[in-house]
Amino acid sequence: MEILELYLKGITVALKGIPITIGVSLVAVFIGVLLGLIIALQKMSKFKIVRWPANVYVEVFRGTPLIVQALILAYGVPQLLQSNDIPFKWPYLIIPAIIVCGLNSAAYVAEVIRSGLQAVDKGQMEAARSLGMSKGMAMKLIIIPQAFRIILPALGNELITLIKETAVLSYVGVVEILRRGTLWNASSFETFPAYVGVAIVYLLLTIPLSRIVAYAEGRMAQSDRS
Amino acid sequence: METKFKIKNLNLYYGNFQALMNIDMEIYENKITALIGPSGCGKSTFLRTLNRMNDLIPNVSIEGTIKLDNKDIYNKDYDLIELRKRVGMVFQKPNPFPKTIYDNIVYGPKIHGVKDKEKLDYIVERTLKEVALWDETKDRLHKSALGLSGGQQQRLCIARCLAVEPEVILMDEPTSALDPVSTSKIEGLLEELTEKYTIVIVTHNMQQAGRVSDYTSFFLNGKVIENDKTEVIFSNPKDKKTEDYITGRFG
Repeated sequence: MEILELYLKGITVALKGIPITIGVSLVAVFIGVLLGLIIALQKMSKFKIVRWPANVYVEVFRGTPLIVQALILAYGVPQLLQSNDIPFKWPYLIIPAIIVCGLNSAAYVAEVIRSGLQAVDKGQMEAARSLGMSKGMAMKLIIIPQAFRIILPALGNELITLIKETAVLSYVGVVEILRRGTLWNASSFETFPAYVGVAIVYLLLTIPLSRIVAYAEGRMAQSDRS
Repeated sequence: METKFKIKNLNLYYGNFQALMNIDMEIYENKITALIGPSGCGKSTFLRTLNRMNDLIPNVSIEGTIKLDNKDIYNKDYDLIELRKRVGMVFQKPNPFPKTIYDNIVYGPKIHGVKDKEKLDYIVERTLKEVALWDETKDRLHKSALGLSGGQQQRLCIARCLAVEPEVILMDEPTSALDPVSTSKIEGLLEELTEKYTIVIVTHNMQQAGRVSDYTSFFLNGKVIENDKTEVIFSNPKDKKTEDYITGRFG
């Protein structure tokens, strides 16, 4: 009985981290999709000068670990500014945490969106242009809505990945799910129940999400035919 | 007989490759002009110069003039949106938008400023009747266009094109993806459409060119070999290569 209570305690402790984990993930995925769309469109530009910064962005953010990016933004940037006599301090560490997750996610989302845009049948762009739509209009009205249908599952997966990735934020002082477990472990020394509780809470978030993604995918595929 | 398009000295390059060479041609109003020739001869490329769809492809360069009603459409000041409104296009593969039948048709008019619901309803009914699709679709206008058969989808694409009230319709092998019944329906349609529209059709099917067109141009390796009334091309071609092609000796 006592053992079961320990595990329940581990889970309830970790549950308290849910609002922060979900909040950070949702805002970050929102930033990621918006910024990712812009980067994807940039990458598909005719002009090298437009493509180039987008390519560098994706390389940098995909090529370095999220935790390194988080440490640079949360602690490195304030230190750099302070040493140049600019008084700067993050009022809350969750702010750089959200920003860095959003920027990081954008790099992955950009690739997902680009492949989605390129997967839309070429005939759709031709039809839209032949009716007199400008390229931008055709993108907005015809191509992007269809691309989103194609990439929706991948975007759902990105949200799931992001929820798990936010665990590294516990190292920059954000009290999310993992940090709750770590703190309880530090005071109770119940290491196994603490981290199993954390794992269970992550599963409580990711399993329903992957169900929702699968369901939405099925619905979208159906509405094409009816 | 009015000239709709007057093409002079047209050269087109994909990078270093010259796809069209010194094309001179006239396309007449309210007639059907068929473009025939073996694969890769430039007929589709030529068709796409008439509404500047080649502009979508990187590395294309064009020399010469194409005049539509005496105005050069490759002039810098020429309004591309206006050109595409006047010169509509139907493609090889039916490509309806994954929206309702109704929405497919009203997209074009909406872009060109028609907002009145009653007017849009009228356009939908008129164009679907013009392509003989009204009876089959009037009860399912707000269902997805992707539920239609291939032949119906192609007729819907023609209706979508007619909805912006073009003067010219370019067709790029519009029946090559369709079965014989759908094909004959669309061929029958072409004849009726010439009352109001000028049609240029690319076809791989020689019989089709013979059946539906008033004029035929034979393309080979980027050049126009012969260009005449269809009956002349088919019964009394002047060039040996044309004769060889239409009698099936090559191509």
